[in-house]
Amino acid sequence: MRRGLAGLVFESLCRGLTFVTCAALISILGLIVVHGVGVITPEFLFGTPTEGMTKGGIFPAIFGTICITLLMIMMALPLGVAAAIYLVEYAGKGLGPRIIRAAVNNLAGVPSIVFGLFGLGFFILFVGRNIDRVLQTGLLFGQPAMLWAAATLAILVLPVVIVSTEEALRGVPVSHREAAFALGATPWQVVRRAVLPQAYPGILTGAILSVSRGAGETAPILFTGCAYFLPRLPLTEFLGIPIINPLDQFMELSYHIFIMATQSTDAQVTRPIQYGTTLVLVTLTFVLNLAAIITRNRFRRRLGAARP
Amino acid sequence: MSPEARARDAAVPAEPKVRIRNLTYAYGAKEVLHDISMDMPERQVTAIIGPSGCGKSTLIKSINRIAEVVSDVSIQGTVHVGDLDVYGPDVDLVELRRRVGMVFQKPNPFPKSIFENAAFGPRLHGVTDRHRLRAIVERSLRQAALWDEVREQLDASALELSGGQQQRLCIARALAVEPEVVLMDEPCSALDPIATARIEELIHELKADYTIVIVTHNMQQAARVSDRTAFMYLGRLVEFDRTDTVFTNPACKETEDYITGRFG
Repeated sequence: MRRGLAGLVFESLCRGLTFVTCAALISILGLIVVHGVGVITPEFLFGTPTEGMTKGGIFPAIFGTICITLLMIMMALPLGVAAAIYLVEYAGKGLGPRIIRAAVNNLAGVPSIVFGLFGLGFFILFVGRNIDRVLQTGLLFGQPAMLWAAATLAILVLPVVIVSTEEALRGVPVSHREAAFALGATPWQVVRRAVLPQAYPGILTGAILSVSRGAGETAPILFTGCAYFLPRLPLTEFLGIPIINPLDQFMELSYHIFIMATQSTDAQVTRPIQYGTTLVLVTLTFVLNLAAIITRNRFRRRLGAARP
Repeated sequence: MSPEARARDAAVPAEPKVRIRNLTYAYGAKEVLHDISMDMPERQVTAIIGPSGCGKSTLIKSINRIAEVVSDVSIQGTVHVGDLDVYGPDVDLVELRRRVGMVFQKPNPFPKSIFENAAFGPRLHGVTDRHRLRAIVERSLRQAALWDEVREQLDASALELSGGQQQRLCIARALAVEPEVVLMDEPCSALDPIATARIEELIHELKADYTIVIVTHNMQQAARVSDRTAFMYLGRLVEFDRTDTVFTNPACKETEDYITGRFG
């Protein structure tokens, strides 16, 4: 009888805690939607901030967030996938790879503000300034820019990409590697033709996770490229076509929320903008995730039936 | 079967295609093969039988050097496939594995289309021409007695095939690179009796063109499909002779005990 009671208590406890978790999530999202949805208008989405940033829209911040996330994933994905392929397919089980793995795991635990300071110190002051010195470009590379902010974010999300790619590669059955080797494939052909095609869904999952992680980060871009206020878009012309200028500064949604709430001349007046911006950021992250999940599922279907 | 091949069949023992001399093989410190020497005749079926863990799988995996892909191994002795010194200092593993194909215990088609599975090997070796690939795919699927069942659905996923069809696809995939030797590691252990019978039939047809080495722990299967049978026990080659001799008049007591079901 006592045993039955303990089970009942434990079950209720689990149920209660699950409810608390869900309730917290729902109340946060609910609060954002209730307060934010009224603010969302075409002018808000596609306008620029006006009147000392107490009115107007947030388009530069939306645009900046999309650009920085894309640029980040373009840097983090090849680097992380290459590192994971090396670790899983080539490195073996020696001391070296073990140290690398430990380093990757520790990188995941570093506070994000440290990445921000690292980005400032390494990318801007060291890499950027030295490029300027070598190319004689004055002060072009050695200052905060989208390029460096994206690079900093890329390093932040690198562990996510590496770990999920490693898992995806390990998920490919050994029998498929053997089959490819037995047909006379070189190690690289085995990776390229037998392992990677099957690992794509898992690698994309890593990309999804890193996008969600990176898109909402504020601290790493604080010193490395985002602007308090920049009414124009970070674009430049190349052969008459407007392209993203990675050396420009940019506005970003999470940073915009931060300054609206803490640095604004009148935080009360900008409260609706804060909620609206938050809603847009949450929605944007959600849409990015959704797009990536759809892509991943399409890949999975193309591979045929799911692996047992 | 061509008359030529039949004539070759009659001439036992034929020219050895695979020559193994004093092969000792260890995974790490664990020795699994001890001083094995045997000749596998060309265009015949050599069966290797023995209880689990006797080293029969390792023995055939030493011929195409596939065991060392996933494990750390140490090897003494020599293996020759034709004129190729398998453990020689300047052997090209790609070349070796093109000449020695392998079919594994569990069907392991890639999660790709039937066509892409059969075309995988030729593509690795640089065949890109669509017409040539199609011809190769058709030839190897025909050789594996699968063509008639899949000709209408070459673009369907290989994973939609039944287990027996998947295994024949794996055989087709191995044949597509035109190997000289085909190694089969318990190819029917995951299949039902009907699928097994089809594969055995296929082995009969294939030996006109290929040297086949098959590991099996189904003794009836060894008796049905092979020309010569090797009995292995605890990493040693106990007996190796013509299949009818091994099954009707074995020279060693251990062999007799095993094939009469007294152990194993």
